[in-house]
Formats: sequence, structure tokens, C-alpha cells
Amino acid sequence: MQNSIKILSPCGILGYGFPKEPFLKAFQEKIHGIVVDAGSTDAGPHKLGANVSIVSRRALKKDLSIILEKGLQHRIPVIIGSSGGAGAKTHVELTLEVVREILAERSTHAKIGIIWADFKQQTIINALEEGRITPLSANIPQLTKEKILDTKTIVAQMGHEPILKALKQKCDIILCGRSYDPSPFAALGIYHGMDPGLSYHLGKILECGALCAEPGTTKDSILGTLYHDSFTVKALNPIRKCTPTSVAAHTFYEKEHPFILHGPGFTLNLEECEFNEVAEGIIEVRNSQYLPDKEMKIKLEGARQVAFRTFVIAGVRDPLLISQLEEVEKEVLVQVKSYFAEISEADYQVNFYHYGKDAVLGEQEPSSFNGHEIGVMFEVLAKDQELANSICANVRSTFLHYGYQGRKSSAGNLAFPFAPSDIEFGPVYEFSIYHLMQINRDPFLLEIVEV
Amino acid sequence: MVKLVEKAKILRSKNAGPFEITLDVLFDDKSVYEEVKNSGIISKETIAEIYNLPIKDIHHLVYFDQALGIKITIARKISSGSPGDRDVYGAQQHAPLMNLEL
Repeated sequence: MQNSIKILSPCGILGYGFPKEPFLKAFQEKIHGIVVDAGSTDAGPHKLGANVSIVSRRALKKDLSIILEKGLQHRIPVIIGSSGGAGAKTHVELTLEVVREILAERSTHAKIGIIWADFKQQTIINALEEGRITPLSANIPQLTKEKILDTKTIVAQMGHEPILKALKQKCDIILCGRSYDPSPFAALGIYHGMDPGLSYHLGKILECGALCAEPGTTKDSILGTLYHDSFTVKALNPIRKCTPTSVAAHTFYEKEHPFILHGPGFTLNLEECEFNEVAEGIIEVRNSQYLPDKEMKIKLEGARQVAFRTFVIAGVRDPLLISQLEEVEKEVLVQVKSYFAEISEADYQVNFYHYGKDAVLGEQEPSSFNGHEIGVMFEVLAKDQELANSICANVRSTFLHYGYQGRKSSAGNLAFPFAPSDIEFGPVYEFSIYHLMQINRDPFLLEIVEV
Repeated sequence: MVKLVEKAKILRSKNAGPFEITLDVLFDDKSVYEEVKNSGIISKETIAEIYNLPIKDIHHLVYFDQALGIKITIARKISSGSPGDRDVYGAQQHAPLMNLEL
């Protein structure tokens, strides 16, 4: 058994990019694996619903080329978590295609482990009927069969178990479908006999790249070292430095609770953790506790299409209009509804956003408006694209020419930055599934491909 | 009056999953952190008032001494990126908290 295991995380999201020098500097030490997270739900339901990626194919290939070169040269595993962003079949396949392309260009061979995270609708319906599905928080609606049938792509976050299987099979490259972000890092530690609590906690810190350093960024490398009773973290770029507070604070990041973290089949309790600087810029962490849950539950994610959108961005500078903008918009809507009286009001929705006034916080905005211009964005959400386009065109022309009370600018109300003004957006999605599913056996399938 | 933004080192908001937003207030001085913690100014009641929310929509409000930080997690009325959402990453919802008077 090794005394220490070094894990290199090049960046927070594969395809975000990272400077090459700090990454290469890591290899002055013996590195046991390169692990990178590629996924997130942060960018909204569209990536999963429309089966597209967060990063461009070009950036994915650029980052992967550097990572694979070092991984294969040093004969250490390269593990990619939540491949392609949302970690569904299309996303994993895109990543696999780029990996194959890079290997072919270099005439290199590799053993690739692919772990699928997709679930069939029927599997989820069965679980629902057996009472094995629960919402993740109180404000998430109960799941229904209808919603499941509307949701074309469903994935679940994997723990370390399937990744461990791929490591035991000596895969050079492991492409994971949707993963709990720390899992691919934890799997490497656990594979080498390290404590699961320390391995997952280190994974939680490394999965964002150098965000746990100061100044923090997702676009730079970070190095983690696991020991049997602790782990350490250090920045590789001399312009950044880890401190006990920066690392402790990162434990906080984008989680609902500061020290209780729920993962697939376990809870991490970090309340008793100690964060100490053991050498310049090297932060040691102890006492991360891994508590297995009584029941194994995994987090399901699914997105369904709910509407089509067309929108317009325009500026309003006239103070007479600014002073009564909301009233004017209401009157514009009355005219639009009257013009399209034959269309059911349930088939479309119009939303106005006032940038410069309260667009970001909406009803929760505590400050009063004191500007001289407002960026107006209005969107039409409708059951099909043609209807969204038609209603939006009518809202735009009615708003542009509307003769409101006291108007002096009788030539037009809106300053459009672009021609055409109406932007066809396409389908709009929502997270229709964000629930826990209780399972009895590892449902994630490992497939091995040699190229 | 001193505002929270003047005392905090980090004051941010971010999605904690698509259905919740988490607000982090972090300090770089233990005495300032202790002072804010002991004052009891950051409470579920204050957050409910600032954000115009019912108390039940505040899912967590926890102090974490090791990180000199306070975490507040609130329910989203509209999930990230769904029709009607205003902030897909939830990254700009912290501003009202900045003006909290200590």
C-alpha cells in the first residue's frame, strides 16, 4: 500500500482551459492520476434537455490533448467526471469521439472504461410505483408518471463504486457519465486504500480546480495528496496560494450546508475538520468523516421541454415612458390579447424584464429605481415556435408604437440594438426530475473499449 | 452604521442544485466573525425580511467556525433556467445581504 497518493486536477470544468506550465510542474513529483470534472447543472436544464455541452468541442479537444499526453506518458489513469457536461449518453459519446480522435492522431493505444449513467423512463416509473422516489428538498414537487414520460433524458449521479471497477480493470482512461462531482477523485484514493471520508472531502475541494486557492479560479491546476490520516492541498501556479481559510471556505462552496454533505449512499460530516498550514501554501486537512447511509440512494436528474421562446432586447430612454413602464406594458398586453382573441391565453405567456431596475432580483429587489434608462427584455413562451414568433412580433410592434398617456415621442418607444429585433431562441426546458431514488444494487454499467 | 459588505471578505450567492440558492458570508478575521455571530443579527427572521420570503423557505442558516463563515440556503421560487427564472447560476442574489446593517 502506498503512503501517499497524489491527484492532479487541471481545471474546474474540462474545456474551461488551464495554463500549461503549472500543470506540467506537477510532474516533478510522482502523480497517481489526473482527474477532471466536466459537469455541472449550474448552466440550467438546457444542456441535459437538448443534449448539448457547456464547452465547445474545440476547447474540449485542446484540454484533453494536454491531459491525455501526460496521463499516457506516465501510465497513470485519466478520469473524467460527468463527461460532456450533463453526463448523458450523447455527452459521453462526444467525449469518447474526441478521445478517439486524439489517440488516432498520435497513433496511440489505450484501454478506455466508459461508465453510463442513463436511466430508462420505465426504470424510474417502476421505482415511483414502489415508493422509492423522494424529492430532494421541500420545494420540489412530487414526481408523476406523466412528468417521467415527458422527460427524454434521465441520468443519475454515480458514487465511487463503478469507477473503482474500471480502475481495477486497469483502464488508462475512464469516461464517467453523470457523477457526484467528488466521486472520480474519491475513487482513485479509495482504489489505493485511502480513507473514503478524506478521499471524498479532497474530491470536493479538487473538483473546482484552483478555486480553493487565493486568488481562486476554475481555470488552473491544483494538487491534492492523500495520506492515511489526512490530506493536503497546494496550488501549482506561483501566483496563487492556499490558506487554511481559503480551503475551509471552499468546503462551503455551492452546497446547501457548510459541513454536512450528502453523496450517493453516504453522508460526509466535516464539522470536526481541522485545516492547518503545514508548510508554505500547503494546507493539511484532518477528521473528514464518512458515514454510510442505511439505504443506498442516488440523485436523479432529468429535463423536459416546456415551451418555445422568442425574445426582444430594447432600450427605453424617454423619462415619460420610464415613469409608467409597467402600466404601458399591461396595456400593450391587453391589445395583443385582443388582436389574437382566437388563441387560448393558456397557449402562451409574455414576461417583461427591466434591466437597470429590478431584472435580477424581481420582487425581491429592495432598492428603488433612480436611473435614466432601462434595458427592456421581453420574452414570449408558447407551445410552438411559430406561435412564439407571431405573438412576439405583435408585442414588439404594439409596444413600439403604443400611444401611452402623455406621450410626446410619437415616433417610437423602443431603441433596438439589432435588426432584426426578434430573436428566435428555440425550445425551453425545466428540471422535471431532481429526486432521490433508492436502489439495491449498482445500476451503473461499465463498458470497456480498447483502441 | 457599518454594513455587512464592509466587514465580510467574501459575500456571494450561488445555486446549491437547481432548486436552492446558497448565500455565503466569509470573514478573514476571527474577532469580526465572532462579533457578527454573537450579535445574532444574521437570523432566519432577518433573511426572511430582506428577501421577502416566508421563514419555511430558508432551508439552512448555519455558522461554520473553522471557515469563519455563515451559510444561508433559501428555496428558489423558480428552478434554475426554467421559464420565469432571472438568474440561472444564482450568482447575483447576494446584493440585498450586502446592505445589512450591523
